[in-house]
Amino acid sequence: MNKNAKANVKTSDSDLVKVSGLRVVAAKDSGDDVVIVKDVDFSVARGEVLALIGESGSGKTTIALSLLGYARAGCRIVGGSIRIGQRELLSMTRSELSHMRGRDVAYIAQSAAAAFNPSKTLMDQVIESALIHKAMTRAQAEAKAIGLFRSMALPEPENIGKRYPHQVSGGQLQRLMAAMALITDPELVILDEPTTALDVTTQIEVLRAFKNVVKELGTTAVYVSHDLAVVAQMADRIVVLRDGQIREVGSTGQILTAPENAYTQSLLAAAAPAAREQLPLAPEQERDVPLLRIRGLIAGYGRPDNKGLPSVRILDDINLTIRRGTTIGIIGESGSGKTTLARTVAGLVAPARGSITLDGEALPPTLQGRSREQFRRVQIVFQNADTALNPAHTIGRMLARPLTFYHGLDSNAKRKRIAQLLDLVQLPGSVIDRLPGELSGGQKQRANLARALAANPDLILCDEVTSALDTVVGAAILDLLAELRRELNVSLMFISHDISTVRAICDDIVVLYAGRMVAKRPREAMMAPPYHPYSHLLLSSVPALKQGWLEQVCGRVPQDLPAIGEVASSPDICAFLHRCSLRVDGTCNLVPPLRRSLEHGGEILCHRTDTDLRHLQQPLIAVEGVTV
Amino acid sequence: MNTMPNSNVVVADKLPPPSTVKPRRFSMPILGLIGLCIVVFWLLMAVIGPTISPYDAGQIVDADVFGGLSRKLLLGSDYLGRDMLSRILFGTRYTIGLALAATLLACSIGTGLALCAALAGGWVDAVMSRTLDALISIPSKMFALMMVASFGSSPELLIITAAITYMPGSYRISRALAVNVQTMEYVQAARARGEGALYITCIEMLPNMIRPVLADAGLRFVFVVLLLSGLSFLSLGVQPPDADWGSLVRENIAGLGEGAPAVIMPALAIATLTIGVNLLIDNLRGKRSRKD
Repeated sequence: MNKNAKANVKTSDSDLVKVSGLRVVAAKDSGDDVVIVKDVDFSVARGEVLALIGESGSGKTTIALSLLGYARAGCRIVGGSIRIGQRELLSMTRSELSHMRGRDVAYIAQSAAAAFNPSKTLMDQVIESALIHKAMTRAQAEAKAIGLFRSMALPEPENIGKRYPHQVSGGQLQRLMAAMALITDPELVILDEPTTALDVTTQIEVLRAFKNVVKELGTTAVYVSHDLAVVAQMADRIVVLRDGQIREVGSTGQILTAPENAYTQSLLAAAAPAAREQLPLAPEQERDVPLLRIRGLIAGYGRPDNKGLPSVRILDDINLTIRRGTTIGIIGESGSGKTTLARTVAGLVAPARGSITLDGEALPPTLQGRSREQFRRVQIVFQNADTALNPAHTIGRMLARPLTFYHGLDSNAKRKRIAQLLDLVQLPGSVIDRLPGELSGGQKQRANLARALAANPDLILCDEVTSALDTVVGAAILDLLAELRRELNVSLMFISHDISTVRAICDDIVVLYAGRMVAKRPREAMMAPPYHPYSHLLLSSVPALKQGWLEQVCGRVPQDLPAIGEVASSPDICAFLHRCSLRVDGTCNLVPPLRRSLEHGGEILCHRTDTDLRHLQQPLIAVEGVTV
Repeated sequence: MNTMPNSNVVVADKLPPPSTVKPRRFSMPILGLIGLCIVVFWLLMAVIGPTISPYDAGQIVDADVFGGLSRKLLLGSDYLGRDMLSRILFGTRYTIGLALAATLLACSIGTGLALCAALAGGWVDAVMSRTLDALISIPSKMFALMMVASFGSSPELLIITAAITYMPGSYRISRALAVNVQTMEYVQAARARGEGALYITCIEMLPNMIRPVLADAGLRFVFVVLLLSGLSFLSLGVQPPDADWGSLVRENIAGLGEGAPAVIMPALAIATLTIGVNLLIDNLRGKRSRKD
């Protein structure tokens, strides 16, 4: 179909993969086809790592899957050519393809947890493809797998294969999946967002393992991701995609430093969100009673013990205040209790201990005790707009409800106010009659925010509101939040796992680890040491948008942790002890740390002194690509 | 309330354009349409059947018993020489009316209880679920036999019996749905907004579980038809001289040997109704909610 396609079929020897004029269509409900990948050409040289980067819907995964000769249900490859080595994939039969898949071309999926069979041991699954393709005997395959486990820096490489998927961590599972893909020495490995579902501190370990293996084996790889900073560490060349078309192709260095395409430039801009301007607080406001004050909050699950404390503590001794018109950022990895904190403030989870006061007035712990006015003043915006909006209600109906419920507006006033709200969150008026399913992800999140704003709240609890969104759309939501705060003087509790997002919008930043506040600092202070060791790990794990960052931070390896003696059984012992590279034997493992103030504002929960921390953290730190 | 300051609206041009709105037109696959036609036909017959039937249900019109199809008797004659077409048309009302009433009763009570249980949670939920589980464990036919034996057969009793038999199943399904829907964030958001239990169940939860509940109701309707026909076949259902389709099959069972239409036709009526309802339910789901 494409003349160039035929002409380019002759591959040069150095190119392993040659894709030309690739066209993929998806069938719509109405029976029409919509083109989702449009005339894409690229090639991958032997031993090269090529990155496909783009937002959701850009066709990056579709292209990656087509390298396996596969199109997802409802999609068809209708034209072009895909050559891997000497083979033309699109003219291969089904059995030829299945012979090739897993042997010559391997695929590493985004969610390793979903890709492993929970009822088989890891070893059985890792060597399965080698056995299916009869590439080697079981003993050979197991020996090879153990070698791969070792180069992936997995713990106990000889024995880890005997475990089941639930017995290893998410990061380890992702590395095991890479071992599974590499067991047959494939010519080409496709990595589809392999670290997107991981915490940053885990991501860095996985990236390091991938990088080592790729270098060791000289593997040719196609790396699919939406995250430019991650790609910068892994790829030699980058293909920027949008709407199924290639926008720009270039070496990693060129794309990062001198992008030519306007879209690439906008991606780069969104990847490193600039700090939104902060409100100078009026001095009289500072003296006021803070809008929200949380004191000694403990919450959790399980049967209460004899002191009335839950057996599993999700939040432990949380103390924080939010002043009117300010934003507090809560950051931490998954399971650190961020969401539980928001839900406790909203009244959805009853605290076991501690108090929450709103404007000096105690908030009842559960929903039942709260007045409608108290409900109105605290609004929660959930993480996932797909599930936070009732799929059976139109946007107009959804926004009308809080207006009736809290303000008792009549239908005329409601209509006006809804139009105003939509203006505020920059949605077109036509969405009023739409169902949530008919909006894009960013639009849904805006509608989600509009519903909270409809109450005229004093405090909005934002739970990971940008996490599910593409970088560019997420940046637009951040802008919106900053603007709303400026115009309406609302306070925000902004919860995120992404430190650069939090830094872009928050005045104060609280770092949670295992339900405890390990650090609380103003935003400016977050830029300079001393840090709590966990904040430091978190900060330095965020990939920087420059090449070579990964190699630069590789000095910190887990094995370097100093040895400690037996750990005291007190529940107040530092929770970060087992991952801390600055722990001190005899202190950290025996004595609970005390909360203390830092010279430059803020407080941390750590035994180390400021000078110690500053001294130890100075040479290691790499924040936003700038080595301090 | 204070008015919001009017922000200078920047049209977010970076956002993808909203998918073009499809007119909300009622579209159904061809099989669904066939099902719908059958169901509508039988509902219509239930209403107007007696008025358009050529003879009275009890009138003996032919000397020949188990007669074949003829111009005079379109569906032949039964074991007493009565017109089969008229008897089926009269029976439609019993079969569909009883089944519809019983199904509505079973499903509305089941769903109502399920919502209460899901909302209350804890021991209320546990007690209700275990009690209704106990009801499920009683075989439906045995229970119906017992009811008829104790109280005698009447249309009201049949409705109540069928409703009690099929209510626990409906409760089970609705409760499972309600518990799922309850954990959705939009329900959490409504709770955090301070909404009452009634609003949450009726406005937030019910619309999102109504499709499976309706599909289940349709299925239950078919079961009730079969249960009542079965009872009538055992001559415990609708009593002579009235007859529903099940009793018609029972009455004319002697004609089975000679392949009389009198036994085949009512059976065919039951079959078409159940198939029609099933086709309709299977295609009711609609494509809209699948994926956008």
